[in-house]
Amino acid sequence: MANMSTLYRTLRDLGALAAAMVAVGASFGAITIAYGLPTWTPFAMSTLVFAGGAQFLAAGLLAAGNPVAAVLAGLLLNARHLPFGLAVAQTLGTRWRDRLIGSHLMTDEAVAFALAEPDPVRRRRIYWTVGILLFISWNTGTALGVLLGGATGDPDALGLDAAFPAALIALILPSLRDRDTRLVALTGGTVAVLLTPVLPAGLPVLCALLGLLVLLRPARRSDGPGAALPPRGSDGADAALPPRGSDGPGAARPPRDSDGLPDGAETVRPPRPLDGSPDGCGAVGPARRSDGAETVRPTAREA
Amino acid sequence: MLLVAILVLAAGTYTIRLSGVLLRDRLELSEPVQRLLPMAAAALLAALAGTAALMAGSEFAGFARPAGVLVGALLAWRKAPFVIVVVAAAAVAALLRLAGLP
Repeated sequence: MANMSTLYRTLRDLGALAAAMVAVGASFGAITIAYGLPTWTPFAMSTLVFAGGAQFLAAGLLAAGNPVAAVLAGLLLNARHLPFGLAVAQTLGTRWRDRLIGSHLMTDEAVAFALAEPDPVRRRRIYWTVGILLFISWNTGTALGVLLGGATGDPDALGLDAAFPAALIALILPSLRDRDTRLVALTGGTVAVLLTPVLPAGLPVLCALLGLLVLLRPARRSDGPGAALPPRGSDGADAALPPRGSDGPGAARPPRDSDGLPDGAETVRPPRPLDGSPDGCGAVGPARRSDGAETVRPTAREA
Repeated sequence: MLLVAILVLAAGTYTIRLSGVLLRDRLELSEPVQRLLPMAAAALLAALAGTAALMAGSEFAGFARPAGVLVGALLAWRKAPFVIVVVAAAAVAALLRLAGLP
């Protein structure tokens, strides 16, 4: 049955990710102890913060006796979860319990897995599956690292530092078939890589949102194909461009999710681009557009 | 102090995560703007992948890691199963390091 093979494939895919997560979690646990932080620190961070990059960064700064910097740097690194939350909000649904718990399970990988799945029902299921699985494996790894200390080995020696970016690339590739998404993502990725040497951690990734500005270029059709292509960097994702032409004008609009969310993985160009947008910044953060136009709807307390 | 810092970081991170989810309801987003959300997420994920593949801190990450990611990306492009992509990327990076590459 198709469902069974899908389930099997999903479990196999997630197994690889979970195993990598255990190993990196173990290195986090071991490093915090090696820093001389109390034993409860890695557990508290892995359960309450649950954000790998921020935990490594904050643990280093805490060990250096700089708690304020640890908090600020960690929060800056996690700021990307706000746009992630906007993107997966409708996947989480409207029940308060789901929103409150699902928000805590938000990770890059859960978001990437969810957005790679076009079907809204399966998307929802996969978000929860990945979220819960990674929470368990991350915390299991942390505990192992604390128990075993340096015996857990160096995750870099296992090449795990290459595994995570490769996993993210595999997950976003399908969405890059859409020409606009590809332009935005590759521009944003290039901007982030170029800014990494000069900006504090976290900020370069946020600057990837500037990639949305490529959608504002005027008279897209008259300036010839490729006129607004992003600079080809050595960005790892560049190598993985899908063949051109897969998004021809004949591409059909995908069925809308029942909740009105445009299909994340298979977005097709809308009838009109963002021309009416008067402010360049509007494209950078959808949240900013609310400034004037926001109408606060009464919030349903219960679903 | 340590506990306070961790709690503040945890509360702040959770607030960031939850506010994106809750904000989505309160925003009246026109369709073109709604369409930007998955694109913004794709840009952020591409940036995470790109910076994690190429940079270690503010330095270039060396050769083994980008080479591993490149192999993984090519396999993904050729529609290899996800698990192959992940394992191959790690294996290539690990083997190159074993061979002495940075």
